[in-house]
Amino acid sequence: MTEPLLAISGLTKAYPGVIANADVSFTVMPGEIHALLGENGAGKSTLVKMIYGLVRPDSGTMLMRGQSYAPDQPRTARAAGVGMVFQHFSLFEALNVAENVALGMEKPPPMRELAGRIRAVSTTYGLPLDPARRVGDLSAGERQRVEIIRCLLQDPKLLIMDEPTSVLTPQEVGILFQTLRKLASEGTAILYISHKLEEIRTLCDAATILRRGRVVATCVPRDCTAREMAELMVGTVLTPPARAGAAKGPVALTVQDLSVSSPIPFGTSLKGITLAVRRGEVLGIAGVAGNGQDELLLALSGELLTKPDCMVIDGRPSGQLGPNARRSLGLVAAPEERLGHAAAPDMSLVENALLSASTRQGLTRRGFIDWTRTAAFAAEVVQAFDVRTPGTHVAARALSGGNLQKFVVGRELLQNPSVIVINQPTWGVDALAAAAIRQAILDRAAQGAAVIVISQDLDELLEIADIFAALNGGRLTVPRPVAGLTVDEIGLMMGGVHDAA
Amino acid sequence: MFGGIDPSVLIASLMVASVPILLAAIGELVVEKAGVLNLGVEGMMIIGAVVGFIVAVETGNPLLGFLGGLLGGAALALIFALLTQVLLANQVATGLALTLFGLGLSSLLGQGYVGIKPPFTGSVPFGPLTDIPVLGTILFDHDWVVYLSIGMIAAVWAVLTHTRLGLVLRAVGESAEAAHALGYKVTRIRILAILFGGGMAGLGGAYISLVRVPQWTDGITSGAGWIALAIVVFASWRPWRVLIGAYLFGGITVLQLNLQAAGARIPVEYLSMSPYLITILVLVIMSAGRGRASLAAPAALGQNFHASR
Amino acid sequence: MLRLEKRPSPSRFWVWATPVLAVLLTMLAGGAMFAVLGKNPVEAIRTIFWDPLFGEFAWYFRAQLLVKAGPLILIAIGLSLGFRAGIWNIGAEGQYIMGAITGAAVGLAFYPIEHWAIFPLMVVAGAFGGWVWAMIPAILRTRFQTNEILVSLLLVYVAQNILASMALGALRNPEGGGFPGSRNLAQYSSSANPELIAGTGMHWGVVAAFVVVIASYILLQRHMLGFQIKLAGQAPRAARFAGVSPDRLILLCMGLSGALAGLAGLFEVTGPAGQISIDFNVGYGFTAIIVAFLGRLNPVGILLAGLLMALTYIGGENASTNLGLPSAAIQAFQGMLLFFLLAVDVLTNFRVRLDFGRKV
Repeated sequence: MTEPLLAISGLTKAYPGVIANADVSFTVMPGEIHALLGENGAGKSTLVKMIYGLVRPDSGTMLMRGQSYAPDQPRTARAAGVGMVFQHFSLFEALNVAENVALGMEKPPPMRELAGRIRAVSTTYGLPLDPARRVGDLSAGERQRVEIIRCLLQDPKLLIMDEPTSVLTPQEVGILFQTLRKLASEGTAILYISHKLEEIRTLCDAATILRRGRVVATCVPRDCTAREMAELMVGTVLTPPARAGAAKGPVALTVQDLSVSSPIPFGTSLKGITLAVRRGEVLGIAGVAGNGQDELLLALSGELLTKPDCMVIDGRPSGQLGPNARRSLGLVAAPEERLGHAAAPDMSLVENALLSASTRQGLTRRGFIDWTRTAAFAAEVVQAFDVRTPGTHVAARALSGGNLQKFVVGRELLQNPSVIVINQPTWGVDALAAAAIRQAILDRAAQGAAVIVISQDLDELLEIADIFAALNGGRLTVPRPVAGLTVDEIGLMMGGVHDAA
Repeated sequence: MFGGIDPSVLIASLMVASVPILLAAIGELVVEKAGVLNLGVEGMMIIGAVVGFIVAVETGNPLLGFLGGLLGGAALALIFALLTQVLLANQVATGLALTLFGLGLSSLLGQGYVGIKPPFTGSVPFGPLTDIPVLGTILFDHDWVVYLSIGMIAAVWAVLTHTRLGLVLRAVGESAEAAHALGYKVTRIRILAILFGGGMAGLGGAYISLVRVPQWTDGITSGAGWIALAIVVFASWRPWRVLIGAYLFGGITVLQLNLQAAGARIPVEYLSMSPYLITILVLVIMSAGRGRASLAAPAALGQNFHASR
Repeated sequence: MLRLEKRPSPSRFWVWATPVLAVLLTMLAGGAMFAVLGKNPVEAIRTIFWDPLFGEFAWYFRAQLLVKAGPLILIAIGLSLGFRAGIWNIGAEGQYIMGAITGAAVGLAFYPIEHWAIFPLMVVAGAFGGWVWAMIPAILRTRFQTNEILVSLLLVYVAQNILASMALGALRNPEGGGFPGSRNLAQYSSSANPELIAGTGMHWGVVAAFVVVIASYILLQRHMLGFQIKLAGQAPRAARFAGVSPDRLILLCMGLSGALAGLAGLFEVTGPAGQISIDFNVGYGFTAIIVAFLGRLNPVGILLAGLLMALTYIGGENASTNLGLPSAAIQAFQGMLLFFLLAVDVLTNFRVRLDFGRKV
């Protein structure tokens, strides 16, 4: 047996109040595609940050090809042949591709030469990319290529990939997997972080499963079922949400030819969005990140105004109405970003309840706030949605991601809405909370609300949506019933083929 | 028409008039490129002005005076750096504090120096070149700081666009999180940029008290620091446009002073408010074409960074 | 090595303890500064902070306390609303000047007619003048996205020039023998803003300051608008989600702070100052920024901070007559206070930990 490329033993890292990793051990062989599997908050990110030198472990050792390996900064890790493709936060939108690549290298060659090498590597691995383009103008998939090429130019022995497919269409995922297999066949080991089980089964040679910071199992993914792995990951048996299959009522929300330019720098403008949702119906909108999801939510919630007739709520033209006017017509919305958009981080849960519920819950009188009723409403949300918090007086940022998400979704669903718009209802939420949130959405639909769920998680959409559409470059495909859709058709829709029959 | 003044003299004097804001603005440009908004330029300039003046008078050496001004500005900037980068204080508030403190401290330090003349800073001897008609007056009859200020623009431009240091600096100003994730020392880079900005502002301040006026009076900078801040916006964070902006402003100042001297019929107060009004007008024009201007602003401008995990 | 750890919620203790700590640190550092200037630091601090309140001439100084604190509080309350919403009006000094000019102009226009309505009319005109001056940066910001910090500040220099021109021209006292400065408004009974209770320093401006403190307290604690102001400052995107219009908020906060600064100017020119003169403004508009921060942008805090800052003004004058301390020292002292406040503020949101030997 050959020597392991990376051997980790007893790695432990604690933060105040949280143990991120406890006694984690595993090995990665050269040329192996090794999955690191776990839920959000299981400690995957901290673990790879330690391998990449961003975080230093409290105890434990790492061996790289038998040599002691203790990177104190990413530079040391890169010098030892470790490359990392981040999920977020590592590209500079205002800089061009070549500059971004240069920033990730120790000793970059002169720009002109670097551009040539970028082109060379991108053709070798089937990842076309123009070095002179500004990163802010690239799609999410292209941005990921920048990161991958940045790593490949350093000739890494170990490539860490953090949730790489969350920003890709099924077709792009196929291309990425080919690239990764080619790399592995050339001897590069890949540490592949994901919580998507099917893709791990197709791609990976070995898997280490983490739960609450500990290794709970190792397995060969090809020999396991997705369900077995899921239960190892979550630690309980999961039940899919129950669907009532209620009768569909009249149309509650119509959007007609809505076009609006993006208020976000490097954002995607919406072009001719048309859709209709009936009461009791769930419309799922898929799409790769950055194709207009945020803008669509802003336009639907009323934060972005349009012509009156572009949007009709229960027969009332309302494109020109602001968020509170739409709320009084029965439309509620939950944006993707919990801290800073759906909730104010430093405000208490009571104040955050007031934030979007003052209109429908009657929490103010002539502009003066009724704090007693507001506190009661906040407590109701906490109760009904099992939000784990010491009380409603704590600041929103003190809550874990999953609990805050339950609070935000609960705050909207409890307002007895007739139209619900949610962007990424379960992003970064653990499986149990995610299941609870999906169930709550379906329950609301069963009670007669029209629901739009925007999500990048295809499995989620297929689980709860009645009709399906995809956003691509700010355009929406014609919505189609979920029943009978194939994965290929979905991929084509997400890829921007608009009339996939 | 300009009070009988030769246009080449006018151009030469606008080059001199714009040196303080040119230096302060190019320093602030570097600071803002690193993602930091230091509103204390006025305070750093006036500290530079008073320290430079005191050192020059005490040593009799204007060169040491300029050095003192530079260090004085940088010292005040160090306070800003500690507060905003280490103690994560709000950048706007800290910048204002810097200006308020600088104004107070400068008039305290300058108490015994009112009414004194500083040692003279002469033109660089270019020999016969100075005697070339028109061009000689415009190009070859200045003190060394005028050339330094133009050289600073070229140097900052070259570093920002052609060197790794410049690339890293811009990266830090675009996204501190991403730069941190790649292993760059965000805080250290920002502190160095802040110190550079302070040094340049201090140097610009010293030029006011040692060459422009030349003497010490309270509040001598009279808003030059704020105009330097406005010029950075006007320049869309591009070094060569700082030069254009500063010369434009210098031109207005010189013209306005000449009109006052020539006894124009416009009341003095309206002439002396004109530079501020024109700065506002220019700001409005620049920000109205906001598509481009807002793209040029560093994305992380004014946001503090704390590496939590 | 010093390490900061973000607190899950801001510390309630430190929110109130930091201003006190900052004042103590400033006394120490200020004492050191006075020692460098060759003064006895203990005596200097006592002269500034103790004598005006409890010394021999306290009866005179205590009245001055309200006279100086009134405008500071009035301006700082207005600024604090904007600062909370992330709207930086730092040109209150200019709005203060313009309020005084417009208010005085109305009064002088009626001279020498005596009528009870003249003073109220001047009050309205003063608020209007400050409001207009603040609306310039506000409208430029909402229409053209022009930076309100720079515009409001640059307008201070413009206002100072207008003040000079008024004192020398349009508003000059025709019977003043050619000297710059307007007629004395405090001696023209229809426009005078007299001391209401003898020996207290209480004039209409002080009354207005107290009213505004109470009103803004209610606004911030109980009213939706106050909530929206806080929300916009803490989380601008969440504010938009909550239906707050950023433009409306900018116009409102800038306008309100301008009007209050204008009012402060009007009460000053009709009372303590008495006339429009070239050096009418003494920096209240800038010191009010320190007052607003020192009071933690909280109305009650601002009330206390305004009194404290007024004390440093009076104590500073006292020290300059009795000890020969340069009057500029007090300005540096005030700036220092803001520095220390900003520095210790880190304790509110972060735990500071010392750990040795290990790098993070």
